[in-house]
Order: sequence, then C-alpha cells, then structure tokens
Amino acid sequence: MPAPKSERLLNLLIMLLVQRRPIAKERIRELLYPDSRPDAFEKMFERDKDELRSLGVPVDVAAVDPLFDDEVGYRIPPEAFALPDIELTPEEAAVVGLASRVWQHATMAQATSDAVRKLSAAGIDVDLDALDIAQPLLTAEEPAFETCWLAVCERMAIEFDYQRPGTDAPRTRHVQPWGVVRYAGRWYVVGHDRERDAERVFRLSRVQGDVRLVGPPGAYEVPPDTDVRAIARRMAPPTPTEHAVLLVREGAGHGFRRSAARVEVGVPGPDEVSRWDRVELLRPAMGLADEVLAHGSDVVLLEPEPVRRRVIERLEQVVA
Amino acid sequence: MSRPAPVASGARDQVARLLTLVPFLHHRDGVRLDDAAQLLGTSSDQVLRDLKVLFMCGLPGGLPGDLIDVDLDAIQTEQGSAITEGVIRVENADYLQRPLRLSATEASAIIVALRMLRDTSTGETRALVGRVLEKLEGAVATTAAAHVDVTPSPRDVEQVAIADRTRELNDAVAAGKQVRLTYYVPSRDEESDRVVDPRGVVSHGVFSYLDAWCHRAEGERLFRLDRITKLEVLDAEVATDPQPPRDLSSGLFTDVEGPDDVVVTLRLAPEARWATEYYPVKDVRIDPDGTAEVDLVVVDRTWLTRLLMRLAPYAEVVRPAGITEVFIARAQETLSLYD
Repeated sequence: MPAPKSERLLNLLIMLLVQRRPIAKERIRELLYPDSRPDAFEKMFERDKDELRSLGVPVDVAAVDPLFDDEVGYRIPPEAFALPDIELTPEEAAVVGLASRVWQHATMAQATSDAVRKLSAAGIDVDLDALDIAQPLLTAEEPAFETCWLAVCERMAIEFDYQRPGTDAPRTRHVQPWGVVRYAGRWYVVGHDRERDAERVFRLSRVQGDVRLVGPPGAYEVPPDTDVRAIARRMAPPTPTEHAVLLVREGAGHGFRRSAARVEVGVPGPDEVSRWDRVELLRPAMGLADEVLAHGSDVVLLEPEPVRRRVIERLEQVVA
Repeated sequence: MSRPAPVASGARDQVARLLTLVPFLHHRDGVRLDDAAQLLGTSSDQVLRDLKVLFMCGLPGGLPGDLIDVDLDAIQTEQGSAITEGVIRVENADYLQRPLRLSATEASAIIVALRMLRDTSTGETRALVGRVLEKLEGAVATTAAAHVDVTPSPRDVEQVAIADRTRELNDAVAAGKQVRLTYYVPSRDEESDRVVDPRGVVSHGVFSYLDAWCHRAEGERLFRLDRITKLEVLDAEVATDPQPPRDLSSGLFTDVEGPDDVVVTLRLAPEARWATEYYPVKDVRIDPDGTAEVDLVVVDRTWLTRLLMRLAPYAEVVRPAGITEVFIARAQETLSLYD
C-alpha cells in the first residue's frame, strides 16, 4: 500500500533537512518512491517539492558534487528553514497577542494567527488577554486588497480594470506591484505600470471586478530603495491643509484650542470685553470659514488672508 | 474570525500542523491532546490523526532508531478514539524542534499589525511595541513587509482612544465609582466639568455614549465619548442606585432641559443644502429654483444662531419671528471685530 501523501511529504522534508550535502534525485527515488515508475516519480516528486515550497519550505537545488555540475541534488538548509530564535519578555509576548487582534480582514487575521502560532511553537507564551491596552482595528474592505497583497508578497504581476474619476469606462491596467499602502483610511497599490512604463499609484476602491494574477511568483525585482509610502504620498496628495491663525476669546473656541499647534495667552484683541488668545493650528482648508463663522464674535480669523476676506464678505452679505 | 477547522484536511495542511506541533511540544511539558487542538485551531481527533502520520515518519532507512516515536497509547483508547486529556509525548524528532520560518504573508501581516499598534499608541506602550517590532523585524525580515505601509488615519487614533476610555468607564461602573469628566459641546462651544455616576457605555450609530447620572444636571445624561476631553475615576462611591445603561436601539433620548421645543423653518440656498444631511430635520421641501425650505426642531436658541452663522449668508429664517434680528445682531457684532 502506498504511504499517504502527508507521510510522503513529511518524510521528504525530513530527508532533505538532515542532509549536509544536496541529495541526488535518483537517491530520493530509491528511498522514498521505491515502487514508482520513472515518469510517475518525476511528476510526483515535482508536485511534492512544489507543495513543500508552498508551505514556505526552502527547497534548494545544487550540484551534488561541487566539482562536477552534471548531476543536481536537493536540500533544505536548516538555517533557512527554521524561524530564527526570538527572545521576548512576557510583556512583549503579550503585545504579539494584541497584534493578532488588529486585522479585521479574514485572510490577514488568519495570516497573523498563523504567525503567532509559529511564535508559540518557538517557545514564546503568547497570552492573548494579558495586556490592558486598546488595539486599533485595521480594515481592508476593498475587494481588490487581498490579491494585491498576495501579489506584493509573492512578486507576481497583476492586471485589473481601473476606473479613473471623470472617465467613461474602466481600462485594463497591467502592473508589477511594488507595495500596498494604507493612507488616510484608504488602500492603494503602488507599482510599475507596463503600458505607461512608469510608476503609478492606484486606489483600490476604484478597481472594478477581480484582480488577476499573471505569471509566476518572483517575476520581477522591486527597484532597490523603493519607498512605497513616499510614492503614494507624492501621487495621491493628502487633503489640503491650511495654517490658520485666530484670535480666540477667553473661555471660548474649545474646538480650535483642542487642535491648536500653539496658543499664546493674553494678546491684544479686537475688544476689551474679555481676554483674547492667539491660536495657531493646521487643519483641512475645507470648512474653515464655516467653523470660524459659527463661533461668531468669539473668534476672529487673521490668516490665511483669502479665507479671512471670505469670512468678512459673508458677514457683510448678512448685514446688508 | 478564525476559519472553521477543516473536516477532511489536505496533506499540506497536515504537514503544516505537524511542523508547528512538534516544536511546540519540544518547548513545553505535559501538553494534552486538547491543548494541542486548541493551539492548532482544530479538533483532538484531528491532532490524533496527525500524530499517527508523524508516527510513520523519520529518517530514511527504516531502522528502529530512525523513526519518530509517538506514545499513541497515552492519547487513544483501545478502540482508537482520542483521549483528549492524554499527554502527548514525541521522541526522536530533534530535527523538527524549530518551527518553520514565517511566510511572506504571515510576516508582513503581523508586522503591519504591530506598526499600526505602535503608531496609534503613546508613551510606554509605544516604546514596548517598538521593541517587539525591532525584534520581529530582525528575525523574520522579509522584503514584502518593507513594501507594505500603513499610516493610521486620525480616525484610527481616535478609535483607540475611545476603546481605552470605554474600558476605563466600564471598570468604573463595575467598581461602583464616580467619575469626573470634562465635556465639550461643540454646538454651544462649551466645556464643562461634571461628576457623574456612570452606568455603562452604549453605542448608537457610529458613536459611543456614556450613560450616567449627572450630579450637575441632577438627571440622566448621555455623553458622547469622543467629546469627553478629560476623565478621572474618583475614589468616591456612586451616590445613586446602580442601573443598567439605557437601551439606545430605538433612538437617542433628547437630554434637554425643559420642554421648550420650537419648530423653526429655514430657507436654504443651494450652498447650504448640505446642512439637511448633517442636522436632524423634520421636513425638507425643495423648490424648483434649487432652494430648500426645512423644518427643524430647535431646543436651544444658541445652537440655532450658531447654525445660521455657520451657513451665513445662505440661510434665512422664514418663521418664527424674532430670530432673524438676533442672528443679524450677532453677524454685525462679529463683523465689527474685523475692522
């Protein structure tokens, strides 16, 4: 009776792992596939190797005898196979437990749990409830996320239909993805666009339908020194912000004060009714005039000048 | 969010489980079959089946010392069913005593989660998470993790702060302690200090609220957690009878002082039409010219003046009388400060 496949896989793994030198294919056949015909062995061995590699097991191919390269053999180098030693204090191990609850995306949560499981297997005791700290929740609702992430991890080319705003129909893009980036709550994929022969950033929420994986893993190299964060920031500019300077009446304007970069207490103000403070802050340009107006005579906007003019105009229209 | 345990597991998954289980056993004494099942996210029966496969594996050669030894008698009955409390003993498997390195996906998933954790925390926690990241990044370094980047948005940071506050408040409820809080009401540009008897944190829509007895207002009040600017759990015991927080599923209670509600009708120019989506309105009537007439229930005149100022000059009061004058006076007063 042939051995079950899992037994064969594990025996193959053990055999390749304990070798100091690459072991010839013929020898592998004698030891582990003794009853198979040559063509059946070839097929089975190829598939078994691929399955081990898909688990993340590094199966190296090298010449059996370093002096003669006519016969190749196989080996799993233990240092590349095993997780390196990691020493964590109990408190640090608890942080790992906390991290396993951050992802709110099924596949990523699973990948994190698998990682934590391996760390536990390395002797680290991960207590999932030891730390009394709130953890952030990381979501990825864009359906394109998962395939893009996988493609980045495996360096596989992808293609997808992309709808740019202001265009009628989506267009198919062919991309070698370099990285995925989450910025301002949205996910982007950064990579090399084949048709345009240039780096591009795509917002995942604009991908229509499925992302297709094209070609084998490890198909390209990400250019060294690629900083995906910098690229994403350059190409997907953040919401414009304004540096605002305001005079705020004592005891008022709490919203502005809370987000202030600088507050100067007790400055000359437009009236003597109360004390005035000078508040500087950086905030989204949108809605600044509305917010200032809502505060009425408790807040005077000094800068930026165009918004100040706009506030005055709007007040004049009411009074007129 | 873990997947259900696979019923008929593939050979690949079985090998993956064994590559985790053997080192796990190596580092610990007295691991029971059900402990192992819990670690691996599967059933005791499945772990038993896995171990029976392991029992057939080892170094090539087939000599007695070459095979991995599993004490199967300790974990299965004579009929072959699993003894969940049986202790697993595996010998002769030293070459499998270290777990498989993390895959690119596993490594980047956990590193990104840790970075998110670091970037949304402060002080000592941030330093602690930073140390863990450094150790893990050093050990599981993968190029993939370098190409995944997460910048927490302000909302992420706030969500962590809210979760922290929720826990602190629920602890205070459990301990029966009073809480002093500073509460900010943007619609009135007002910040106030109150001592409350907390009853619990409840959610409605996207917001979380503290339901409490407010000693300043001498009544039940809801406080939106994101508007609590300061929070201190006091040593003092609560002074009112403990009660569960109110059920908000049928809507928010209007915590208002006095029944002096007024229905106000405004005419909004197109520039101000967005307000109908932001504020609770009773009715909206859109005219062919693009303006809209809206009815609002107003409980607080100050709030209404602030709204009119915010929308100036795109909102005017249709009725009742008397409001426009207050609004224009406010605008005039404000404009005079710009001279």
